[in-house]
Amino acid sequence: MNFVIPDFYPAAAEIFVAVMALIIMMATTFARRIARGLAYYLTQTTLVVAALITIGTMDGQVTLTFSNMFISDLMGDFLKVMIYFTVAIALLYGRGYLADRNIDRPEYYLLTLLMTLGMMVMVTSNHMLSLYIGLEMMSLSLYGMVAFDRESARSTEAAMKYFVLGALASGLLLYGMSMVYGATGSLEFSGIAQSIYHQAANKTVLLFGVVFLVAGIAFKLGVVPFHMWVPDVYQGAPTAVTLMISSAPKLAAFAMTMRLLVYGLFELAEQWQSMLMFLAVLSIILGNFAAIAQSSIKRMLAYSGISHMGFVLLGLLSGVVEGDRHFALNAYSSAMFYAVSYVIMSLASFGMVILLSRAGFEAENIDDFKGLNKRSSWFAAMMMIVMFSMAGIPFFIGFFAKLSVLQAVVAAGYVWLAVLAVVMSVIGAYYYLRVVKVMYFDEPTDSAPIRAPAEVRVMLSANGLAIAVLGLLPQGLMSVCAYALLASL
Amino acid sequence: MTGLPFLSLAIWVPILGGLLVLATGSDRNAPLARFLAMLVAIAGFLVTLPLYSQFDASTSAMQFVEILPWIPRFNINYHLGVDGISVLFILLNAFITIMVVIAGWQVIREKVAQYMAAFLIMSGLMNGIFSALDAVLFYTFFEASLIPLYLVIGIWGGANRVYAAIKFFLYTLLGSLLMLIALLYLFMEAGGSFNILDWHQLPLGMGPQTLIFWAFLIAFAVKVPMWPVHTWLPDAHVEAPTGGSVVLAAIALKLGAYGFLRFSLPIVPDAAQAMAPMMITLSLIAVVYIGFVALVQTDMKKLVAYSSISHMGFVTLGFFMFNTIGLEGALVQMISHGFVSGAMFLCIGVLYDRMHSRNIADYGGVVKVMPKFAAFFMLFAMANAGLPGTSGFVGEFMVVLGAVQFNFWVAFAAAITLILGAAYTLWMYKRVMFGVVGNSHVAQLNDIDGREFAFLGVLALCVLAMGLYPYPFTEVMHASVNELLRHVAVSKL
Repeated sequence: MNFVIPDFYPAAAEIFVAVMALIIMMATTFARRIARGLAYYLTQTTLVVAALITIGTMDGQVTLTFSNMFISDLMGDFLKVMIYFTVAIALLYGRGYLADRNIDRPEYYLLTLLMTLGMMVMVTSNHMLSLYIGLEMMSLSLYGMVAFDRESARSTEAAMKYFVLGALASGLLLYGMSMVYGATGSLEFSGIAQSIYHQAANKTVLLFGVVFLVAGIAFKLGVVPFHMWVPDVYQGAPTAVTLMISSAPKLAAFAMTMRLLVYGLFELAEQWQSMLMFLAVLSIILGNFAAIAQSSIKRMLAYSGISHMGFVLLGLLSGVVEGDRHFALNAYSSAMFYAVSYVIMSLASFGMVILLSRAGFEAENIDDFKGLNKRSSWFAAMMMIVMFSMAGIPFFIGFFAKLSVLQAVVAAGYVWLAVLAVVMSVIGAYYYLRVVKVMYFDEPTDSAPIRAPAEVRVMLSANGLAIAVLGLLPQGLMSVCAYALLASL
Repeated sequence: MTGLPFLSLAIWVPILGGLLVLATGSDRNAPLARFLAMLVAIAGFLVTLPLYSQFDASTSAMQFVEILPWIPRFNINYHLGVDGISVLFILLNAFITIMVVIAGWQVIREKVAQYMAAFLIMSGLMNGIFSALDAVLFYTFFEASLIPLYLVIGIWGGANRVYAAIKFFLYTLLGSLLMLIALLYLFMEAGGSFNILDWHQLPLGMGPQTLIFWAFLIAFAVKVPMWPVHTWLPDAHVEAPTGGSVVLAAIALKLGAYGFLRFSLPIVPDAAQAMAPMMITLSLIAVVYIGFVALVQTDMKKLVAYSSISHMGFVTLGFFMFNTIGLEGALVQMISHGFVSGAMFLCIGVLYDRMHSRNIADYGGVVKVMPKFAAFFMLFAMANAGLPGTSGFVGEFMVVLGAVQFNFWVAFAAAITLILGAAYTLWMYKRVMFGVVGNSHVAQLNDIDGREFAFLGVLALCVLAMGLYPYPFTEVMHASVNELLRHVAVSKL
């Protein structure tokens, strides 16, 4: 067998991030005194440079390399750029929080970079194995980050829960992969698709495998009934880490879903769509109802995240109707638009929670937002924008995300599903309104001034305003999502 | 039509001005915020004047049309235009905004900038609702206008304000989200167009028409509000600050009724015809039953709130009889109700600012200490009761005339409200204003000052002008109303 040197060029960003992770590890070992600041700034620089590399190497072509294990396409590039920015913003928000708790050690930034690398590999995988490697790389880094506050029993417990359930989910995923491999004889997504298309695969084994794959995906997205870890981990993890978990990994999980289900198993779309429908309906119902009962803002946002992921699934399950693939592009790009919008909103919401926390005080409960309008009307307005956007009220981006997904659902003929989704949105509106209520209608119980570094204030404001501006002019982001998918499918 | 984009100005001058007012920040700059808000409100009114002066009343086509691509991905356009049905509401809205700013001038002392900004932004959004010809644009304005009103009720409202604000928001949200599904369905049926005017021509079967009608009905009936989904209104009215009540009664209630005319009747005419008996029944229940409910209220604001529901029942009644005089009467009633109910709430506000009570029982003999105020209040109470010579009479009379053409017994039931309206309004007036001076607080009341005289006086002029010479109002709407009725009469099946 000949050894062929693979084409490294499409993977330049991944290689760069991996190398930088090693450099940071070495540099912070030797430069002990300035290790924390150094690690932070080097990580941020890495993310920015990686974004430049990805944008620079973007060519709109679909390129395969590393024995077809790696795919470079526009969808991957777009999601990677979103991931860099999301991680960079999350780091920016979280830095002060970590420093206050004395857990801003260099290893934290190292883990963040490795997590980013894992997500990049997931996003660009064209093969079950590379997908799995990326997934584990992301997950293992996240487990470490959740447990990073070693003194906190709750964090440790959350990490344990996350790890055990995550390992179980990985097991399910691997089992499903092995079934699909057994049925189709291929681990490469295009090979799997070919094999199913030529009806060479054993349908029973294949479907059996798909069930496990969907279960694994559902766990990573955090949708019902594989959602149990979400509220506990969100609540138990340091808020800076919760911010991380609730943002970029959702994009990676979306990419994983696209790669596995759409690239690999598109021929079985109607089968996995009905599974996704089950998950989506349960998530939207349970997520919204459970969120009402929460007094912890982190748990509330966790349940709200579950219902948002249900909406992403609504977009994904509207692609193929009775063999008609006409709507697929529209449906998947709506789902992607929803996922990206959700991540932008999620960043801002946990960013606000971090803003209200300070040394020795965790903003944990919805009541901690009481009277925020009196303490800082600017940031109250930002939080209000986020909440109304999440509730799907125009002119904010969350409305257009819901609109595009609902449009895909109605186009696919599932009017009942759309009705269910909007009725649940009204229930969802209640708990978002409650946050606005405590901020604006109640008197403050906490009079401490809001202290945050200038860059956090500026970024958080930009984040909130972005939700409003993208809501006024959503066309740009929508068409980028559609174009990225069009060029990739 | 060439010239300035007056509709865009009518929408964005108040919104951007509102943001500017918001930027004045804390209460230290309250005088600046008030002054700026007044300027913006007046500017917002001035830019709407050309809409009337340059309006061509001879055509039913959309005028002042502006169309720009907004979200080409879903073929959503920034598409504005007005016809004879909508143009008057934009003027009314801009006018009422000035009244609201004046009414809140001294009364609001906390977070003045936010208060003024909320009303200005709301005013812009509501102009957007009345001028949007793209369904998504309409919907976004329709929903977004909930936010400022929610905040207004919740921040500056009365004791039970939180409950009222959340109830108001969720009630209306549920209705409008179901409408969103109908809009998306129509988008698919129309082959990817959100243009409302295209939808008017879209053929639809009876089944879809019925479902769409129901979706629209839920959205608009909650807004109107029609019996039995009216229960949010008394709560919201009672808890809202005066300005909030005024906007709610004068403008927000018109949104639902306007929705019937822009969406339900022309898009699903067959379903509208088929459902007309039900709609007329619901309207009559609102007119008569709610009239009785108003009679027993002990809270002035609640009484006027119920009277609003009863009057809006007249409006929906006028719509669903499908004759010109009924429909025009309903439109006149909507405009008139904007003036009269706004004025009623302002009057109650005048009393409330002095006594901090809305209870009828806490008053008595006010006329002896506030004679000027009593005169204004008398006029508005008479208008509310539908006395000839006031604007309240014109609309009710036209609707009753339309009802006589339609069916005698419907007209009979509707006419009962003229008696009921007089009963509850005048009885309240008697208990508050006449009799012996109720208590020492009443005895110390000061009569209205120049500011209050100004806004009550302007409204009184409007009420009288419209009552004595309604032609300038009906002239504008005539062509559009006839076209609408002609359109509704043609089956889409």
